[in-house]
Amino acid sequence: MQSLASPTRHRVTGSERLGPYTLMRLERGGLEPGVPGQFFMLEAPGRLLPRPFSLCLAPEGELVFLVDPVGPGTQALCELRVGEEIGVLGPLGHGYRLDVERPLLVGGGIGIAPLPYLAEQLGGSPPVVLGFRSEEHAEAAVLLPDAEIAIDPVLVTELIEPGFDVLACGPEPMLHAVAVMCPSAQLAWEAPMACGYGACYGCVVEIDGALKRLCLEGPVLDAARVRTSEEVAA
Amino acid sequence: MRILNASGCLDALAAPEVARTLDAFVTKTVTPLPREGNAPPRIAETAQGMLNAIGLANPGRERFLADHLPRLRELGIPLWVSVGGFCADDYAETCAQLPLEIEVIELNLSCPNVDEAADSAAEIVTAARQATDLPLYAKLSAAHPDVAEVAQAVAAAGADGLSLINTLRAVALDKHLRLALARGSGGLSGPALKPVALHAVSVCHGATGLPIVGMGGIQTGRDALEFAACGAGDVALGTVLFADPGAPSRVRAELAAACEDIGVAKPEDATSLAKTPETERKVPA
Repeated sequence: MQSLASPTRHRVTGSERLGPYTLMRLERGGLEPGVPGQFFMLEAPGRLLPRPFSLCLAPEGELVFLVDPVGPGTQALCELRVGEEIGVLGPLGHGYRLDVERPLLVGGGIGIAPLPYLAEQLGGSPPVVLGFRSEEHAEAAVLLPDAEIAIDPVLVTELIEPGFDVLACGPEPMLHAVAVMCPSAQLAWEAPMACGYGACYGCVVEIDGALKRLCLEGPVLDAARVRTSEEVAA
Repeated sequence: MRILNASGCLDALAAPEVARTLDAFVTKTVTPLPREGNAPPRIAETAQGMLNAIGLANPGRERFLADHLPRLRELGIPLWVSVGGFCADDYAETCAQLPLEIEVIELNLSCPNVDEAADSAAEIVTAARQATDLPLYAKLSAAHPDVAEVAQAVAAAGADGLSLINTLRAVALDKHLRLALARGSGGLSGPALKPVALHAVSVCHGATGLPIVGMGGIQTGRDALEFAACGAGDVALGTVLFADPGAPSRVRAELAAACEDIGVAKPEDATSLAKTPETERKVPA
């Protein structure tokens, strides 16, 4: 992890649409890409707080992020033009452990974001299964050309075969289902986060039976460590 | 002018390199018993601000003293301990147990995310005053109709300084018009708060003459200088730390430049620049 200081400024080098998502390329500058599943806080132009994103791709000299325009901050990021600059802090948090024997990458929706970089770092073309809510969303699967794809109402969990070391990222119901099927899976969780370095106490989830900050403990956690909100509500 | 963090806006054990850029580190509020805090979601962004409803998550007095405080001391920076509770005795007991090398005790009299202590601010300060010889700063809310009156009451009760202001209770709605935070309401912080904070600093400075740590929406050195002009001797950074962990060093550098712009040698020299009729009226004879 870089030593915490002011975010550094990085120029946008590319921005392309993938279905409803935007693949945004930034000049890497002096930042390390980190471990797959770690995240960066990206300045959202015109907004007070930065937003957390896991790294999608790390070509030489660039950091590439997949952005889903779900709110004003992410919309502003999607509207950035080549040459504009934003502040970037990271990599932060804990990513995936890569010492697995039979990796299977499982992604749902915008949760596919960390998987291209993860596949690259694992090497050996690991199998990938992806789930999307529509054909349009599934356009983002071009980032993982050999992936098997499920489109709603088919669920990505129907594509998971036994015997794999699952590394997953996706919406909470998907992660919950994966945790039940594969108790040893590594899951990347998401939570509203103001700072990304343990200062705001905003991103707590129930980890090991207590509310803990996801930015410091995760965002990638062993499946057994998290009780999902469905279980909490039950 | 010292630059501190606002209580609860930095974890010095998780980010020691940030804490070391401060002139003093203010702990998250310590309560008698451990608190896990409120259920998530706990934060939401608003126009020029954010809401939080953390709910005073902390390890409790016993573990703070035995485990956290020794580790905080190793940082080698002055420590301010924020103390909270649900009655005057809660505050007094924690104050009594804090060691003398603590620089200041900040009494959190104004957290919007827990039920209010039943005792008045002055009663709590009186009890804390009897329990410790350490300097006591009272952290007040600007939600009171006359914050200067509360400031005078805590001054009379023995407070050595004021921390102004805490967040203001507020709600935000999500896109489905549901309350964005699980608790419902939260505390509003960030630039939206700055004019309210400047007013509170100004009238409390006029009413008491006590040393004041000003806070509420400070983003830049110019903001910090505005707090000085209203009577704050020191400032604390809160929400700005979330977007910029380098803010203390940056604000310090900008503050020097802002002084130069305005033609004062140091922030303290700006103190008389923002006197208002209201503040003059409050000065005791």
